[in-house]
Amino acid sequence: MFTYIVKRLLWTPFLLLAVSFITFFLSLYGPGDPIQVLLGQHRDPDVVARIKAQRGLDRPFLEQYGRYIWNAVNGDLGESIKFRGQPVGELLASKVWTSAKLAVVALLIGLAVGIPLGILVANKQGTALDPLVVSISLFFSSLPVFITAPFLLLVFVIWLKLMPSAGWAGDMADPRLLLPALVMALPSISAIIRLMRASTLEVLGQEFVRAARAKGLTEMAVQSRHVARNALIPVITVVGLSLGTLVEGAFITETIFGIPGVGRLAVDSLFARDYPVIMAMTLLIAVSFVTANLLVDIAYAFLDPRIRYS
Amino acid sequence: MARSRQEPLGGAHQTETGDTDALPVSGFGHGLSLWSRAWDRLLRKRIAVGAMVILSILYLGGIFAPLLSPYDYNAQDFSTRNEAPSLAHPLGTDWLGRDQFTRVLWGLRTTVIITVTSVLSGALPLGLLIGTASGYFGGKFDNAVMRVGEIFLAFPGLLLVILLAATVKPRVVDMARALEDWGNFRGLVSSGFPDYLVVFGSLAAFAWVGMARLVRSQVLYLRQAQFVDSARAAGASTWRIMIVHILPNSLGPVIVSVSMGMGAAAGSEVVLSWLGIGIQPPNPSLGRMLYEYGSISILRQYPHLIIFPAAAVSILIFAWNLLGDALSDVFNPRTR
Repeated sequence: MFTYIVKRLLWTPFLLLAVSFITFFLSLYGPGDPIQVLLGQHRDPDVVARIKAQRGLDRPFLEQYGRYIWNAVNGDLGESIKFRGQPVGELLASKVWTSAKLAVVALLIGLAVGIPLGILVANKQGTALDPLVVSISLFFSSLPVFITAPFLLLVFVIWLKLMPSAGWAGDMADPRLLLPALVMALPSISAIIRLMRASTLEVLGQEFVRAARAKGLTEMAVQSRHVARNALIPVITVVGLSLGTLVEGAFITETIFGIPGVGRLAVDSLFARDYPVIMAMTLLIAVSFVTANLLVDIAYAFLDPRIRYS
Repeated sequence: MARSRQEPLGGAHQTETGDTDALPVSGFGHGLSLWSRAWDRLLRKRIAVGAMVILSILYLGGIFAPLLSPYDYNAQDFSTRNEAPSLAHPLGTDWLGRDQFTRVLWGLRTTVIITVTSVLSGALPLGLLIGTASGYFGGKFDNAVMRVGEIFLAFPGLLLVILLAATVKPRVVDMARALEDWGNFRGLVSSGFPDYLVVFGSLAAFAWVGMARLVRSQVLYLRQAQFVDSARAAGASTWRIMIVHILPNSLGPVIVSVSMGMGAAAGSEVVLSWLGIGIQPPNPSLGRMLYEYGSISILRQYPHLIIFPAAAVSILIFAWNLLGDALSDVFNPRTR
């Protein structure tokens, strides 16, 4: 187990190097020149050459890549091209915070809806409710974000006029946070219901549950103190670590609702060929994916003694 | 032929359930194979049958869009703009007076083509080949494949696909232009062929990893099965063992993941077009329609426009997921 973790940790820097190399290659050899995007139609060859020299864009590919990695390791992720020289680190830091708030609210919605429904459905196994809830939740998780978002806008904003259409004030109390968070939570609700259902069913069959019932505890006490508490462990582990997957939903959701977070920044920088930002984004997401994967594998090994890594 | 197919299938049944009357060693199939039994179980599930019926309708509708559509997908008629559904236009018309039914049908055609090509001809054979080889040979080859797979998985999928589609496409368009000049292929670029190729390529490039890892884990497990040992003892060659004994037995979970993967590929194609880097107008695509009709001003005035493309996409993905769910019940011995 220990050697396995050390091996994985030693491999991680190479993984990140490979990811950064591919991204660097794609963004440099891709179409569209960031300087052209920046200067628009009024570009002057002299100015273009000067900016290129200034940013080291006229150097050979490997030299540029090497310099980038050296600087990145030293904490300097370069400067954004689209946002005229703003350091990428600062730019990202402000956006990460916004996206994190959105993700946390989405996750809370997912847990608050998914866990009780999962417990309910597990206890009603064999009745019509079980397949009904499971297939309804599967339906909602099948809906892509770009379909649920306009429909929620239509219902809550245009028909019911409950909230302003879009935008962002930046704090958790903003009601405008709810719709995008709900949009992002919908796919995970189904996963949580199914996970919670499976894990509750497993706990319900255990001896200690029968023992708790036999000693005369109320059903409420059995469910909350004995069943739910044990069934929650795997669910919380998996859900907590799957935060990384919320990033993908954030791309579209933030673009639709005009929320200035990481997802919107990623889409914007892709179109502006702002590759210092694209690079930093990819690396950031790659780091979080790799860490999450590692933690999941380790968590599984601790939770399930049958899994052995060698 | 029938014999070589039934032999390993009986084996899978035996290893999974310990059912000894289906011993594969003799090589003579006893009546029903695992496939026909799985098919029977699938047909007994009403949800699965419903999903298959819906999928056939959607796929046939998409494939035969040129024959079924009552109008030209690009024919504009400014006297009938933004109309609600009527007899002449069963799903209404859009802001250029184009028939919605035709456009949804053609958009479906795009999605359907992309799912079939990227999963069935891209991810599936690549994943099967790489996964089987990797699991069977192990060692350095396996290590290399898994490390490359990890690199792909470390990328945020959507970002990689967007990056690929955005950076590779101009080169593909250039190549298509050169091909047009070289041979006499008129209208290769305007047909949207490069768009299809790029979307297909970037989806397949990413989707093989999951498939390969799944197949590999199956192979690793099957490699130690008794029927493989007995085949080896009987002197079967490596290729024969891989193709005849191991591959067919690993297919159950693969079929489940293909079903889920088709839904995911449909979603990805629509996302790419939604973002404006997939299929380009005037070629109709559901993603583009959803983008245009999803803006708040269109929603306010003509909310009916978004319903049909949204329904087409969500029913397609939902049906694949339902089918995948049913299939995993069918192929998983523990849930029978």
